[in-house]
Amino acid sequence: MSYQGTGVWVVAEGRKGVLLPSAFELVTAAKALAGQRGEGVTVMVVGAGADAAEALSVCGVAKAVVLSGLPELVDDAVAAALASAAKAAKPRTILLPADVFGRSVAPRLAVLLGSGLASDATALELDAEKRLVVRRAGFGGNVTIKVLVKSPAGPELATVRPLAYPRAGTNGSKGAVETAAADVAAAGGKTAFVSFAPDTSGEIDIGAADKIVSGGRGLGNPEGFAIVRELAHALGAAVGASRAAVDSGWIPYKHQVGITGRSVRPKLYIALGISGQIQHMGGMKSSDVIVAVNSDPDCPMMKAANYAVQGDLYKVVPALIAEIKKARGA
Amino acid sequence: MPLKIAVCVKRTPASTSVAIDASGKVQTKGLPHGINPFDEYAVEEAIRLKEKLGGTVTVVSAGEAEAEEVVRAAIALGCDDGVVLCDPAFAGSDGSVTASILAAALRKAGAQLVLFGKETNDGASGQMPAFTGAWLDWPSVVNVRKVAAASDAELTLERPMEDGVDTLTVKLPAVLSVTKEINEPRLPSLKGKMAAKKAPVAKWSAADLGLAADKLGAAGSPTEVLAMEPVPSRPGGVVIAGATPEEKAKALVEKLKEAKFL
Repeated sequence: MSYQGTGVWVVAEGRKGVLLPSAFELVTAAKALAGQRGEGVTVMVVGAGADAAEALSVCGVAKAVVLSGLPELVDDAVAAALASAAKAAKPRTILLPADVFGRSVAPRLAVLLGSGLASDATALELDAEKRLVVRRAGFGGNVTIKVLVKSPAGPELATVRPLAYPRAGTNGSKGAVETAAADVAAAGGKTAFVSFAPDTSGEIDIGAADKIVSGGRGLGNPEGFAIVRELAHALGAAVGASRAAVDSGWIPYKHQVGITGRSVRPKLYIALGISGQIQHMGGMKSSDVIVAVNSDPDCPMMKAANYAVQGDLYKVVPALIAEIKKARGA
Repeated sequence: MPLKIAVCVKRTPASTSVAIDASGKVQTKGLPHGINPFDEYAVEEAIRLKEKLGGTVTVVSAGEAEAEEVVRAAIALGCDDGVVLCDPAFAGSDGSVTASILAAALRKAGAQLVLFGKETNDGASGQMPAFTGAWLDWPSVVNVRKVAAASDAELTLERPMEDGVDTLTVKLPAVLSVTKEINEPRLPSLKGKMAAKKAPVAKWSAADLGLAADKLGAAGSPTEVLAMEPVPSRPGGVVIAGATPEEKAKALVEKLKEAKFL
């Protein structure tokens, strides 16, 4: 007898009481699936409280449930609590964010529930039998892989890449808000959270930025990021980087854009000295407007850019900064 | 009892520039292969933990018989022995089933601490460490950038997140995955290369691991790859004209103004 479930769950991730925006993106994805099946969406909130559930409950979901009593930032306990709740409520599908939390929690949840898990989905659809099919990037973004989540013994699980779906609006019908005690018995208390050191660099985070200026190998040296930062500052943009620049130790990993870094979808993406390796393009090609500055007019980034500027970036960018300052009247 | 550390490695294509054949699947046979680049950091960290805590490091790889070459390469760096998990019944296993095979092997090997690279360069799902931890019913911590303290009973780990860095403790036995920030991998010594030639590398099949055939391979997997497709490229735009960098900058700023970015 195969597993029978109904409804789509969204796991809404909070950190230290703050709900992450991925929850609203997952709600959009979940509503599309649930709509095709004539089912409802339930949001399970972990790591945040009733205010987070209230915010999500007005996005056109049936219910938002706060799992209370979870130990702080212990993923094993989150997986155990979600598994216990899912065994009782029997959802058909569970969506989680494809970030560090999702990589940590989703596989454990899948094993506890006997589920199939497809990770890093960029799009979700249903097959003729209304089973979950996800699209994901493979081989550094060179290939799109379609994966069927057969999952005969448990709910279908998928993690969804950040920014793959737009955030759900908060003007949907109002769903119920509930609190449920988390059952963490299966976790065994073997992991403990000790401390958190917040990032105090004061930089704009690339994940949330409207505008990003990124630097790559074409900068030639780590000092080249000074000019990247200067242009970013002039535009009010965040600073990104290619894997080549990060691997060279020029800038920390959190700035890395791409399949192996972070996905971004800004309104404006300016690539300085980035040739456009496919794994980099995979993380930023959905940007609204792409500007490339590169000495090689034939590199993939210049071919993909809305505005391609050929030239020595150390000559073009200072001129650009001067023009921007002029345009802003500074 | 000396600590038994294991490091899981995968043999992957050296380049991700691959082609899709007539069957609609990526063909990697014949391409140059090597150890998954992220696994080099896991191997290095396993050796450093052995140097600190004592014990041994066993290299474990699931895949075809060719995986032995990456296992021996890891032994040359300072690991002690290896296991290749190889059986036609394993072919087509998805991430969860592959992790169940690794978990059975890690149990058989008596491992107490298991390290992974944070993801592979081909699949890049990063889900194997937590899958393996779950199958073993051990705790798992992914994306570790530093082992801040270690004993044979407990580790203190730093995990970078988007808003800062979490510090966690985890009791052994446990599974971790490590990022590239964690260390600078060493090169093999001549002595290490000699030792690697002679080191024992076992080959274990489904029967050796006591795994039931109906839970293995494509048929036993709860997910299935339906198709692989090439990625369409984004259509290009306009080339900004100008005789000097200043003229080009001016022309680009005009475009940015039109688009309301300025």
